[in-house]
Amino acid sequence: MNVNPTTKSGIFFSRREALRHGIAGAAGLFLAHGLSSPLLGAAPPANVKAKAKSVIQIWMWGGPSHLDTFDPKPAAGNDYCGPLNKPIATNVDGIVIGELLPLLAKQADKYAIIRGMTHGINAHETAAYMVQTGRKPGEREVYPSAGTIVSLFRGYDAGYQGLIPPYIVLTEPQGRFSEAGFLGSRYKPFATGGDPAQARFAVEGVVAQGVSDEQQRDRRELLHKLDTFGRAMRGNAALAALAKSEEQAYDLILGDAGKLFDLAQEKDDLRERYGRNTFGQSCLMARRLVEKGVPYVTINFKGWDTHKQNFQAMRQKLPQLDKGLATLLADLSDRGLLESTIVWCGGEFGRTPKVQWEAPWNGGRNHWGQAFSALVAGGGFKGGRVVGETDAKGEQVKNRPVYPSDLIAGMYELIGIDLNAKLPHPQGLPVQVTPTSADGVKSGGRLIEIM
Amino acid sequence: MLTASLTERGAAREPVPPFESNASLAPQGKIDDLVFGRLKRLGIPPAPLCSDAVFVRRVYLDAIGTLPTAQEAKDFLADRDPKKRGKLIDRLLERTEFADYWAVKWSDLLRVKSEYPINLWPNAVQGYHRWIRTCIKQNVPYDRFVRELLTASGSNFNVPQVNFYRALQSREPAAVAQAVALNFMGVRPDTWPKERWDAMAVFFSRIEYKATEQWKEEIVQLAPAKDAAKPAEKSAAEAEIANAQFPDGTPTRLLPDQDPREIFANWLISPKNPYFTRNIANRVWSWLLGRGIIHEPDDIRTDNPPSNPELLAYLERELVNNHYDLKRLFRLILNSKTYQLSSIPATDPSPKDAEFAHYLPRRLDAEVLIDALCRITGTTEQYSSPIPEPFTFIPENRRSIELADGSIGSTFLETFGRPSRDTGLESERNNRPSAAQSLHLLNSSHIRRKLEQSDKLRELLQAKKKPREIVEELYLTILSRPPTADELLVLRDYSQPVRGGRRPLLDVTWALMNSAEFLYRH
Repeated sequence: MNVNPTTKSGIFFSRREALRHGIAGAAGLFLAHGLSSPLLGAAPPANVKAKAKSVIQIWMWGGPSHLDTFDPKPAAGNDYCGPLNKPIATNVDGIVIGELLPLLAKQADKYAIIRGMTHGINAHETAAYMVQTGRKPGEREVYPSAGTIVSLFRGYDAGYQGLIPPYIVLTEPQGRFSEAGFLGSRYKPFATGGDPAQARFAVEGVVAQGVSDEQQRDRRELLHKLDTFGRAMRGNAALAALAKSEEQAYDLILGDAGKLFDLAQEKDDLRERYGRNTFGQSCLMARRLVEKGVPYVTINFKGWDTHKQNFQAMRQKLPQLDKGLATLLADLSDRGLLESTIVWCGGEFGRTPKVQWEAPWNGGRNHWGQAFSALVAGGGFKGGRVVGETDAKGEQVKNRPVYPSDLIAGMYELIGIDLNAKLPHPQGLPVQVTPTSADGVKSGGRLIEIM
Repeated sequence: MLTASLTERGAAREPVPPFESNASLAPQGKIDDLVFGRLKRLGIPPAPLCSDAVFVRRVYLDAIGTLPTAQEAKDFLADRDPKKRGKLIDRLLERTEFADYWAVKWSDLLRVKSEYPINLWPNAVQGYHRWIRTCIKQNVPYDRFVRELLTASGSNFNVPQVNFYRALQSREPAAVAQAVALNFMGVRPDTWPKERWDAMAVFFSRIEYKATEQWKEEIVQLAPAKDAAKPAEKSAAEAEIANAQFPDGTPTRLLPDQDPREIFANWLISPKNPYFTRNIANRVWSWLLGRGIIHEPDDIRTDNPPSNPELLAYLERELVNNHYDLKRLFRLILNSKTYQLSSIPATDPSPKDAEFAHYLPRRLDAEVLIDALCRITGTTEQYSSPIPEPFTFIPENRRSIELADGSIGSTFLETFGRPSRDTGLESERNNRPSAAQSLHLLNSSHIRRKLEQSDKLRELLQAKKKPREIVEELYLTILSRPPTADELLVLRDYSQPVRGGRRPLLDVTWALMNSAEFLYRH
């Protein structure tokens, strides 16, 4: 079957697009049909000492309260701290974190807390865009997220050969902004669906409960026997691409690669330590994925938009975060993977330091983009440090602001992505990996304190 | 060597059952004259005409984004009227799904979406979508449609068409000009010399977006003219006015009391405008035939010429002579034999797509596909918005081609390449197959649930029908045709062994839903 995309219908890809991208020999699984971007070879790592190979992003959708997690302000009083007014010391002198994070307190040497995060945006969708792309909302372009860029530079175009897609979201897609931006839907992450805390992690499409391998094979044979149209169209490039996709799908369904999602292969006590809940088991799954070389894994940890009854929510969610993240850091470290894996944990903004006691909020916190915290660990980020400082009430950054693009650029640097490399833009416009001063993006400078 | 009968029909080979017909390829109108005439000059034989079964499925999917029901397919196949294809086209163009489906297309291009980066609020989205859909339903002349979008003023909650401007991510005049040029001229100013782009931007430099007390409401209107009393402002305004120039190079004089958008719109929608008619004629062709005569349809440049200039010129004339009646253009194209050719090329290697010697198969649009899967299984999908507003409530039986808001969707729609509605580019919609799509269709719990929980399939099995009748019904439902003799043999073998209960029926339904014949318009 001779498939020559350059002469085929523009429905699938135009001649111009095909020429621009070049035609790759071995197609990546989830990168459509042998199309490759021109990155390979074009962007040698800027920093030869780059240690990081993968990123695990714990995305706290909704925006977690910085005062209740990594930037406690006990002296600010009840109107700011509510009942969570006894922060705890960590294993690093001088670093104090929220009282509901005792396990993380024992591991402060492994991570850095950035307390100077700021962007000033208070709407979910624009703040999420800002934090995950490093770009200002409202420009002419829609830029790709850090996950897309890392999977672009460390995925199939860069020689990644895994059957598992290079950018995974556990378990539900984020929604509200497009992760892939102008790079288009083929760079979107693969959202697993299912629930890793269930007896069997039913990754959508890969694992089908109640369908035996024998039935899978029978059905596939039936499908081929009934393919009257496909036979009449033999040689058509569009249909050949469909056949190729089907073949790749069955490699995952019936082959060994899908076994990676079988968490029953892990010891029970380790699974306990991570926490037998969706977040905890997602952390374990993330470790298994980066162990196999998947460059970017996002854990979409929802439920941080605590307008109402913030403290009840914190008592429910923070123990899960504590168990899952602390075990993840320890487990990565025990396996020697922490050196090559960046763990980035945070949400789109912080929350109003002053508690809203009145009805209907009843002890709620609102959106707060002026100041918030992020946690980073591994992959070359130095642990046991704090970057930036907020004022006495946690309302403003007092010194060392860190803007989202500073954090993202730090990750890129550690993973060896050239900050000035060109992104493949659909109209061929010159767009760099990170914004330049011409883009009007604020910067607090390189994260020298922890790199 | 061609037999005499083949030559008489104008075909290069025997028709392939059940996809092709041996009906004559004699040109049906000017479109066929121009396409077949060119093919003849180039020595390219066109594919045979498609069969009735292929036609009924194709024209439903292309015209109204909806699969025909088994009954509709059966009735059409049984109809002996020689004019039945034309009559079906007329009926489809009046269906409510026609407006639904083409409102999806226009909403893609005009950025109908509540979330980032467009940030219309849900009620603005609903109003904007309703306005677009109503224009399509009423077949408002296309030139008027565009003029309204470009020149309206008012609150974006009350005057829906101003959302054209409100929905643009950037308000810089150059960015507005770029969007206008892309949508209504089919060109990309970023490939122009800068002076030309700047000169066009002047027409959009006096748009004011005024916030109100209502969250995300804005009044889009003409900003007051620069104060003539202040010499500095006056001279700046004069300089700007002097710089205004239409993209074809014609300079114009803008007066302070004129809305420059009006001046631009008047220039744009004139029948003599070199871009306006060409853009829409070429787009409609590309929507129905799967490829523009100029391709891509929103990348018209002198160095990207039409593959059949006479054909494009003819379509343009038709539009101008008939007051930009788009429905009429749809009818004209759908009735042509060119549109009704088989998708199996007559020769190997296949002729170039740009010659339209065969129909170009392409994967169903994401929305059309999920609606078809729901139709086949008698199931529904649930859609909800992250913005909790009353306007965003979506009843469960709502079809996805009826969704107004590009921010409301599903994993399925994203996986199958529904556009993000960020840029207005046609290429945002990605209909390429991928492994993730195959995983979903072959093996996801979503599709499995649809099959297993389908009352429709259960009823089919429990009805007092012979296996042959059941299979026939299934084929008509999914592929809009009865099974072939060979297929019946395969099916008999598959249900022979120990497999009992519903499983053979579910497996066959699953197989047909995963077949290229179902997944593609062809």
